[in-house]
Amino acid sequence: MTTGAPTREYEPIIGLEMHVQLKTRTKMFCGCELSFGDEPNTHTCPVCLGHPGSLPVVNVRAVEYGLMIALALRCDIAPRSIFHRKNYFYPDLPKGYQISQYDIPLARGGRLGDVRIHRVHLEEDAAKLVHAGESGRIHGSEASIVDFNRGGTPLVEIVTEPDIRSPEEAAEFGRLLQATMRRMGVSDVNMEEGSLRADANVSIRPVGEASFGTKTELKNMNSWTFLRRGIQAELERQEEIVRSGGEVVQETLHFDPQAGTLSPLRSKEEAHDYRYFPEPDLVPLAPTEEMLERAGAAIPELPGERAQRFERDLGLPEETARVLAHRFELGDFYERAVSAGDGAANPKTLANWVRNELVPRLGDAEPEQWKVEPAALARLVALVGEKAVSQSAAKEVLDTLVSEGGDPQAIVDAKGLGRAGADELAEVVERALAENADAVEKIKAGQDKAIGAIVGAVMRETKGRADGGEVQRLIRQRLG
Amino acid sequence: MSAEIVGLTAAQAAARVRAGELSASELFDAYLERAAAEDLNAFLWLAEEAPDPPADAPLGGVPLAVKDLFCVEDVPSAAGSRILEGYRPPYTATAVRNLRDAGATLLGKTNQDEFAMGSSNENSGYGPVHNPWDRERVPGGSSGGSAAAVAAGLAPWAIGTDTGGSIRQPAALCGIVGLKPTYGAVSRYGMISFASSLDQCGPLTRDVTDAALLLRHMVGRDRCDSTSLEFPEEVVQPSAERLAGMRFGVPPELSGEGIEPGVREVFESAVKTIEGLGGSLEEVSLPHSPHGIAAYYVIAPAEASANLARYDGVRYGPRTGDSDLTAMYEQTRHDGFGPEVRRRIMLGTYALSSGYYEAYYGRAQRVRTKIAEDFKAAFERVDLIVTPTSPTVAFKLGERTEDPLAMYMSDYCTVPMPLAGIPAISIPAGLSQRLPVGIQLAGPAFSENRILDSAYALEQAIGFEGVPVG
Repeated sequence: MTTGAPTREYEPIIGLEMHVQLKTRTKMFCGCELSFGDEPNTHTCPVCLGHPGSLPVVNVRAVEYGLMIALALRCDIAPRSIFHRKNYFYPDLPKGYQISQYDIPLARGGRLGDVRIHRVHLEEDAAKLVHAGESGRIHGSEASIVDFNRGGTPLVEIVTEPDIRSPEEAAEFGRLLQATMRRMGVSDVNMEEGSLRADANVSIRPVGEASFGTKTELKNMNSWTFLRRGIQAELERQEEIVRSGGEVVQETLHFDPQAGTLSPLRSKEEAHDYRYFPEPDLVPLAPTEEMLERAGAAIPELPGERAQRFERDLGLPEETARVLAHRFELGDFYERAVSAGDGAANPKTLANWVRNELVPRLGDAEPEQWKVEPAALARLVALVGEKAVSQSAAKEVLDTLVSEGGDPQAIVDAKGLGRAGADELAEVVERALAENADAVEKIKAGQDKAIGAIVGAVMRETKGRADGGEVQRLIRQRLG
Repeated sequence: MSAEIVGLTAAQAAARVRAGELSASELFDAYLERAAAEDLNAFLWLAEEAPDPPADAPLGGVPLAVKDLFCVEDVPSAAGSRILEGYRPPYTATAVRNLRDAGATLLGKTNQDEFAMGSSNENSGYGPVHNPWDRERVPGGSSGGSAAAVAAGLAPWAIGTDTGGSIRQPAALCGIVGLKPTYGAVSRYGMISFASSLDQCGPLTRDVTDAALLLRHMVGRDRCDSTSLEFPEEVVQPSAERLAGMRFGVPPELSGEGIEPGVREVFESAVKTIEGLGGSLEEVSLPHSPHGIAAYYVIAPAEASANLARYDGVRYGPRTGDSDLTAMYEQTRHDGFGPEVRRRIMLGTYALSSGYYEAYYGRAQRVRTKIAEDFKAAFERVDLIVTPTSPTVAFKLGERTEDPLAMYMSDYCTVPMPLAGIPAISIPAGLSQRLPVGIQLAGPAFSENRILDSAYALEQAIGFEGVPVG
């Protein structure tokens, strides 16, 4: 049995569950300040430590952020949503239950991009466990330390419908959601720090089959690359099971990004009966008209609307507009480049450069780590437009801009990447003609294709600093 | 002098302190001396000294006995449980803070059934409380320590909590006044939870006037308790002498079968007193109230099973067993919880389990709604409902400990009111077998003034003599 990429025989069915930590000043049910990286257990109180007699009080700001998210995802907001207790014993859960929402969540329905949203609800985050020992997981660790600073952080859980059909689409949806959250300023949505966490529900079914196969849940994928790779690995695993006549078992799998493998979480950790029941310490959450209006007014232009504007005002093709706008930071970068270009760099050309050249070079790097300035890219594109730099030389300049930053003209000068001058070019063409007598003969005999060999030689000689069209013109002129 | 001081009601003592005729420290010392020498096991902790009350404080430095389950900063607050032995909370319950702000001083923490689960105070992790009327008998529960302390003159007044009758039933069995306010009238913040949707704190006092005075300074919306509500009017001192124009309803379901003859006699005589005062009487039906106990013993344990999950020995309280995490949880909880608490955790966990939720918790909630609707319909016809508080007088220590169902039936008459969230008072109405009998007046939500006023008129007419102080 060979393993390999999933074939067209099976269709992947993917749904995502995203946890977004809200960037409120205080926690979901108490007045402790949110913090990241502070001394452990310095932001705690009787409520978030689960002391006897303490009671939760809903953070109004968190509700407002939740409403903004629900509105941005075009969900139906419940007139009265209910908090429930989700019961389980774990050291990161000081009350022995998590206050979450269950059968009547904050909002239902909705859509983001091409993916339908199932539900959006509010809850509190658990505390952070630090496991001493090699594995970094609770099993096999010598001791576990609980940091309650994180405990009680407001979370919004967003669950999609199983509308996603490939690992790439999953990552793209994730990026769009991340961009949307970041745009609204409701969360840092930093996957490494855990302010955005994504779990995936994955199953496969034979193409043409209407019902779903058994799904598994994937956890611990803290970058879009890992999400893509994790889903990919799981799809391959499931396909191999099904092909060899086996059955997929419903389970929760932990993705190990180093090894690229999936391992089941011990059944004890997942075999829960959460015994949900309505949280008697809280009253139903009934957003007022005023709250809804305030939340609606606080939503800025979202990526979807921005894509439409890029198409309409800047004449970008739909696909390009979408790619740029759906990554909020990329869209900002692009818009800044357009305004820095000030007409010297064509917006459409700039967009292609951002999408086709810049994006692959940036990879998964966080925007704050980007070294290339929007104005620098605009100048580079302008240089290409003025024919001062060739396409291929410009790409080399971009490599440097992405890895080190700097000014494109300075890089061109320092590396001698400026377009070859007329004298230099004439000389190189002359030499190429002399060294490729065969090709010259063929051209003269009417085999026009042979010109490619001579152009290639010139390009090699000039290290790409010459313009292909100009070189052809010179060759034809010389051969009469 | 001391005997004269403890002979004063709390309202009288507060008036004397405000008038400068009695010093707050003299008052405090008189009670501390008695409480320190008590042999009822009513107190679990006593204050050493009292801070001076603010000048002109309405409660004038009158010492207050507080049920153990109220969190008081740096003061042992264990809810009568071994699992919180030695726990000193980092904060103070809102109700206690409000009363302190009004000038009450903390005298001590009173014994109770563990986590308020019980009707006899025999479920305390710190030993049972004795009824001052007969030391062989229980004081009722769960606020048994508070009731016994007030009845025996060890404290001028006390606060307790009522979930299914835990203020009213011990008040009845000890011959004092106990009021359970409307759900939400008093903040639950800092009250160690038993069943969150039912728990409510209230006063246990020698007379109705004291109950009104204490309640007045407890009520109010608290931003730390989302379920608390602004009390719609001022709680005033009761003054009614007659009950003319007041309509009283007697529900046959809560005053007939199951009520022991001696209690029924006192009740019937109280009903005649109501008529004598000009009140009108009619029968009103509360058809679902007989199912109150069944619904209560699903809902309360269900909520308790979650409320008590936090006691794991990790962040506070004693910890036993350390071989691994699960063993530590199990050993700590096994050693810390008494048998009744363990029973209710198991009952509640079962009732909420997948596949059983609808049959138990869901159905119990529907019964609860029906009970509330019964009251609503009744209050369209009458102003107040009157019933016996407890089906029996105080029973003997150990008499019902082997029979949980018999014990649960002690709350038969008091359970429907918290299920409906409505206020009710118990006042002493006479004796049977030389033991006190209480009658209960219940009214619609936030009708505390009406209840207190009628209870006052009735109290004056009945002229009940409390247990002789001393």
